[in-house]
Amino acid sequence: MELAVFYAFAALTLGSALLVVSLKNTARALFLFFVVLFGMAGLFIFALADFVAITQIMVYVGGVLILMIFAFMLSNKELLADLQNTSSKFLSLPNWQSLLLCIGFLSVMTYGIIEWQENTPKWITENIRHENILKSSDNNINQLGIKFMTQYLLPFEVISIFLLAALIGAAHLSRKEDPN
Amino acid sequence: MITLTHFLLVSTCLFCIGLYAIIAKRNAIMILVGIEFIINASILNLVAFSRYDKVNYGGQVFALFAIVLAAAAVAVGLAIILNVYRKYKTINPDNITDLRD
Repeated sequence: MELAVFYAFAALTLGSALLVVSLKNTARALFLFFVVLFGMAGLFIFALADFVAITQIMVYVGGVLILMIFAFMLSNKELLADLQNTSSKFLSLPNWQSLLLCIGFLSVMTYGIIEWQENTPKWITENIRHENILKSSDNNINQLGIKFMTQYLLPFEVISIFLLAALIGAAHLSRKEDPN
Repeated sequence: MITLTHFLLVSTCLFCIGLYAIIAKRNAIMILVGIEFIINASILNLVAFSRYDKVNYGGQVFALFAIVLAAAAVAVGLAIILNVYRKYKTINPDNITDLRD
């Protein structure tokens, strides 16, 4: 039952991701990107990472996607004409070279995963044997907060400075140039 | 309980869709979306492995870091795209061939 729901979410995510890459209309593709991100958040919950799922929705849907739609509307004057365009070509044909490359890569990685299954890393089998894995009754967010403020304090600070620098850089880049 | 293999398979598929978007798309914004797909696939892997690591929570912590990095990358990338559009009046990477003006 759990697996069926998991694969329903996976099918939702992968199906809309395929539509995103095959739609001709960029506006529609960007709004479908919403669906992909929500589906990914659902998949995170299956791995018992509820905080990561909420962060995914807040950061991606609230930040990244809005930015992308802004950039799209600022860089495409034919948006409205594009939206009303009812041409017969709804999907763009995939060009076969990139399709071939991707399917080849997919088969190689799938083969790798199947091979990898036989010799799982030792720490995973150890932790499964000692019942030392996350359970749905655990208080994950609490533990995560403690870890952030103790064990992972330095990476946390570094990422904060990095985010500040990146946002200042982005604001500087997108500023209007002086007329002279 | 869902084993690791299912997560790995789903994230592999998402990775390949992102790869296709990067190679085949003719629009810089869609290429950024492809990069987001790839980052999301890696986050799914981190989170799936983190389930077996109750002591350190390494996977979930670094999944959060990866989300922050992706947000920063998108902010800078979109600023660059807007600047390029102002100069070239197009965001098709095939038409942007000069490194200097």
